[in-house]
Amino acid sequence: MTGRPPILQLRNLTKVFGTFTAVNDVNLDIEEGEFFTIVGPSGSGKTTLLRMLTGMEFATSGDILLRGTRINDLPANKRPTCMVFQSLALFPHRTVGQNIEFSLKIKGIDPATRKRRALELMRQLRLPEDYYGKNVTKCSGGERQRVALARALAYEPDILFFDEPLSAIDYKLRKTLEKELKDIHRETGKTFIYITHSLEEAMVMSDRIGVMRAGRLVQVGSPQEIYSAPQTKFVSEFIGDVNVIAVTANGAGGVHAAEFGVSFKAPPAPAGFSAGHLVVRPESLRFVAGRSEAENVLEGRVYNEYALGSRIQYQVRVGEHVFIVEKLRQQAFGGHRDDAVLIGWDASDSILVTD
Amino acid sequence: MSVLAQIFRPGMRHALPILVFLLGGFAAPLLAVIAFSFVPSRTFSLWSDWSFDNYVEIFNSSSYITFVWSLGLAAATVAILAVICYPVAFGLTRVFGRYATLITLLFTLPLFVSENVRLYGWILIFIKNGVLLGTLKSLFGWEPESIVFTHGLTLMGMVYVYLPFMLFPTTLGVSMVPQQTRDAAFDLGASRWQVFREIDLPLAMPGIVIGFLLTFVLAVGAIAEAKVLGGQQIIPITHDIEIAFTYAQNWPLGAALSVLLMLVVGTLVLIVLRRFDLDAILGRR
Repeated sequence: MTGRPPILQLRNLTKVFGTFTAVNDVNLDIEEGEFFTIVGPSGSGKTTLLRMLTGMEFATSGDILLRGTRINDLPANKRPTCMVFQSLALFPHRTVGQNIEFSLKIKGIDPATRKRRALELMRQLRLPEDYYGKNVTKCSGGERQRVALARALAYEPDILFFDEPLSAIDYKLRKTLEKELKDIHRETGKTFIYITHSLEEAMVMSDRIGVMRAGRLVQVGSPQEIYSAPQTKFVSEFIGDVNVIAVTANGAGGVHAAEFGVSFKAPPAPAGFSAGHLVVRPESLRFVAGRSEAENVLEGRVYNEYALGSRIQYQVRVGEHVFIVEKLRQQAFGGHRDDAVLIGWDASDSILVTD
Repeated sequence: MSVLAQIFRPGMRHALPILVFLLGGFAAPLLAVIAFSFVPSRTFSLWSDWSFDNYVEIFNSSSYITFVWSLGLAAATVAILAVICYPVAFGLTRVFGRYATLITLLFTLPLFVSENVRLYGWILIFIKNGVLLGTLKSLFGWEPESIVFTHGLTLMGMVYVYLPFMLFPTTLGVSMVPQQTRDAAFDLGASRWQVFREIDLPLAMPGIVIGFLLTFVLAVGAIAEAKVLGGQQIIPITHDIEIAFTYAQNWPLGAALSVLLMLVVGTLVLIVLRRFDLDAILGRR
């Protein structure tokens, strides 16, 4: 990390609804200018956390500090932060220009200055100038996205929040907008805090990612750290298809998998590790010709294969356990269904995680 | 395609029954009324010398007073209902969400009871020694003047009777405002009042305008409230029309009054519709 001063600090932040703790004791520092993504499944508390950060929900306990000042009780309209909503929440009775200018009108800025600023933002977000007077409901999905972003930027917020604004957009456009958003983050230099249930989306855009589960922030790190060094089974599985084997420490530096009745060579265990899971990514598994070709080898049968664009995925069954093996198309495995195969991996390609 | 073939297209053919029904049941009586307004006073034949005499007679009489009373009462009713119904609709939408409009239908339950019966119920409440004054007298020995047969009570009666017609469309309008647009405006720095003015009101406007029109048109045609609760303190235009058609046996005069009323109300409605362009507002959703 670069040691820039934190713009936002969360201290033991908690939100309780009745008997349900939606956000549980969250501590986090967010740096100035950072693109930080909070990712978690639905119901993990990420939206409640965001609503507290924007001032639309108030914390039960703990503190929110913006540049060192406590802002817990400041309502949304008094906070120098702004949010792009999941539904975008554009004003349907207003034009593109009026939507973008809304916050300026509220501040009482004169129409000429307002228009100049709106056109500036439209240029920056690659919206055609003649869209200024266009009815916002007549815009396409991607254009509406840009209008929502321009409207938020016009407020000149210290922090910009995003509540899954891309979730309702088709795959191809989403991929484009993800990159565009990252470019705009670079151009504006503002702090972006983004929420999504898709770790894939988070990976593309973020400087750092925080993974939430059941109201708690379970791991915070760069996309690379989250991907290559998940600390729990939950985080490792959140990334996508992974192979997970329940193991216990065998006292000899390796781990024992009761399911297969064998010991595996494993990476160095975290201090005090006694039981957990060995995680092997599908692309780290390989088909081997003999038991000497990999540090850990299991024998199984090919059950099926799936073509996933540039990659091919194989389902290999070892007893009842299903392993997923992925190969690039050009390195495709020549075998067939029901062939007996050996799959193997090296200790350094696996990760030990706790529950 | 010939004209005949045009008429006998399948769509036209299927529309014929309703077309005949509308022409016979709706357009014909209206045309008859308009025609009657041009025949000589106190005659009952449509085939006599047509003239504007009835209209001239109205403009030379004091009928405009009843016009003003009807329009004024209707306007006051609509204004009071708007102030009452918007907060109620807002609250209902907040509490019941998308079921709010269903709940509003409960407010129409009184419509199952005859309007006259309901109005006489109010008389029983407000009359001397009635439910309200009688209770005050026996409990506190306080005997205020009865307010039956006053202008105020007439207005109250109208507000009471037409409440459902304002509340239902208003609730519909308010429930069409997405909560996130309010949140977004608030997040962009707007105060509660600015959110109301910039977001809530314009987005709920289609419903509110429909409520305006519905209650205004109904209230202009009101007659029972003035009769029952107002004790003839107020003579609405509908009363003049009724008298002309019944006691006075002067159908042409009644018809002319009706046509004038339709013209005035129709013009007002058109002005409002033009101003708010309901189609555009509704079509955008």
